[in-house]
Amino acid sequence: MKADEIKPRLREFLLKDLLRNPTYPLTDDEPLITGGLVDSFDLAQIAVFAEREFKIYLPDSDLTVEAMDTLDRMAEQIAHRAGP
Amino acid sequence: MNLTQYPTLVAALEDRAAAAPEMRLITFLNEDGRIEHLTYRELLDQARSYAAAFGRLGAGPGDLVILVMNHALELLPAFWGALLAGVVPSIFPYQTEKLDADIYRQRVRRLVEGSGARFVVTFAAFQLALVELFAGMPITIVRADELAQLADQSAAAASPALDRDQTAFIQYSSGTTGLQKGVVLSHRAALNNIQAIARAVELRSNDVVVCWLPLHHDMGLITGMMLPILAGIPAVLLSPFQWVRDPSLLLKAVHRYHGTLCWMPNFAFNHCARSIRERDLEGLDLSHWRTLIDGGEPVRLDSLRLFAERFAPLGFREQALGAGYGMAEITGAVCITPMGRMPRVDWVSLRTLQEAQRAEPAPPEQPGATPIVSSGRLVQGVEAQIVGAGDTSLPERHIGEILVRSNAMLSGYHNRPDLTADAMRLGWHRTGDLGYLSQGDLFVTGRLKDLIISGGRNIYPEDIEALASTLDGVRPGRAVAFGLPDATLGTEAVVMVCELREEGKAEAQIAVERELRRRVTRHLDVALAEVRFVERGWVVKTPSGKVARAANREKYLRLPGRLTPSGED
Repeated sequence: MKADEIKPRLREFLLKDLLRNPTYPLTDDEPLITGGLVDSFDLAQIAVFAEREFKIYLPDSDLTVEAMDTLDRMAEQIAHRAGP
Repeated sequence: MNLTQYPTLVAALEDRAAAAPEMRLITFLNEDGRIEHLTYRELLDQARSYAAAFGRLGAGPGDLVILVMNHALELLPAFWGALLAGVVPSIFPYQTEKLDADIYRQRVRRLVEGSGARFVVTFAAFQLALVELFAGMPITIVRADELAQLADQSAAAASPALDRDQTAFIQYSSGTTGLQKGVVLSHRAALNNIQAIARAVELRSNDVVVCWLPLHHDMGLITGMMLPILAGIPAVLLSPFQWVRDPSLLLKAVHRYHGTLCWMPNFAFNHCARSIRERDLEGLDLSHWRTLIDGGEPVRLDSLRLFAERFAPLGFREQALGAGYGMAEITGAVCITPMGRMPRVDWVSLRTLQEAQRAEPAPPEQPGATPIVSSGRLVQGVEAQIVGAGDTSLPERHIGEILVRSNAMLSGYHNRPDLTADAMRLGWHRTGDLGYLSQGDLFVTGRLKDLIISGGRNIYPEDIEALASTLDGVRPGRAVAFGLPDATLGTEAVVMVCELREEGKAEAQIAVERELRRRVTRHLDVALAEVRFVERGWVVKTPSGKVARAANREKYLRLPGRLTPSGED
């Protein structure tokens, strides 16, 4: 699975479930956690979502602010774990 | 076990260590997967080394040492080493990933200067930054690992004579960023309250505490470190940051180490129930978990139920659920649910609660009935009363400020006699919390001040508002922050409402929102649930010109299209 396939579904989840604001103009490289849009414990929710939607298990070592701060990085991380 | 027979915390530790020197006391789970252990003998030996090193550095009885360390095993012997030397330790909050590094350092500086501490113990990665920060000042910065080496070369220090009313440690309770309050606790206070907690949870020799709370948090310090060490039961300590990323680690630790006792704030019940993946639960057995106490922020019935339902298939019993209420000012616990039963739930009329400040029983099925979860019964040595206007004592089921008195009270706020006077009334501590008593149970219903408690942390709206006022786009004095209970998160969501200097432009609004969120996160480690812009003149002020937070909150709840649900939604 490629990051491009992951991104739209991840974006929808972020806006609807975590930001609770479907109209927020989130850009792909916008800092989500250091930008104060979502909380660090929302990262665990991303892990639940990745497993449910993509059947991918993200270990806790992947769930750092550094690795998951933007939509781009999250999608890459999930794609990386999904393998080719 | 009777801890009150000991003159000091040190005497209690020495006695325990002599009785079971090889007992594996601490299991410390590091973020990189390393597992470290400490027996009583190792803890005491290492603490003695630290005590000797403190002596060599010139730190003597009564001197304050600030421990600026993260989740690291060395924190324990450093803390107890200070106690052995009669030096007063205080654990500084851990640095988080989100908080700006400069802001964190400034906060360390403010606390060290304000407290008059001359010694800071830190870890290698932070040493240089602190040396620069305190350049030219008479403050000794030492790395924990160097302190241990220093000790190896020195003879064992003679233990100073301590008595029970001397200061044991200082617990910095969160205040606004400009005003951190150092709660001074004596050996007597700590021993009395920890004994009371052990009694309230009917501590057994086969108990094991599992704790993911940071040790700078009063509930983490008392239940995760002090209680196990003093009571002679093993503790398993997890990294709070790792737990947040993967809450299943708590359940795995309870399973693997046969954990029986745990304390955590209400949001953590929701986090566990919502954010754990099924595959992380495979093969876990939680049937031996006998007590899980919800404390540190308002207890919600739906959070307890959610947790019990999710983990019942693993053998978790709902009778293991309990609630508690406490504060650093009386060391730790005011009350705890009696063992073996769920917290009492009082269904009352919400209308009478809000309009008449009375908790009038109402059938659960009646529209407008709301459940209030009891925080339990007063622990040994603690008294509580409810007072109304003019500090008159109120009868049962009437809501007023909760005052507590105890044999485990603070000696005062460090260097702040003014705050000490404000927080005390004829020997009673004013908690600032609202609640009522009924048939021996204490129910906490709210707060006198506009404090927000989110994720178990105290957040001061004035700090958020002050940050907003530094933004060019926001009308000065026209920004208000408040908390709203969020049933999904099990804690308060933080909402900010503000007026803009220039209305109308959507792009400009988003730019202001982004900058506001960024600053609030960097400075306060808070993610705002919603930033809502309103028209000029919307924000309600008091006659004296301050923002009226409760009135603005009510007004916000009537707004169409708000993003944040209200309480019971």
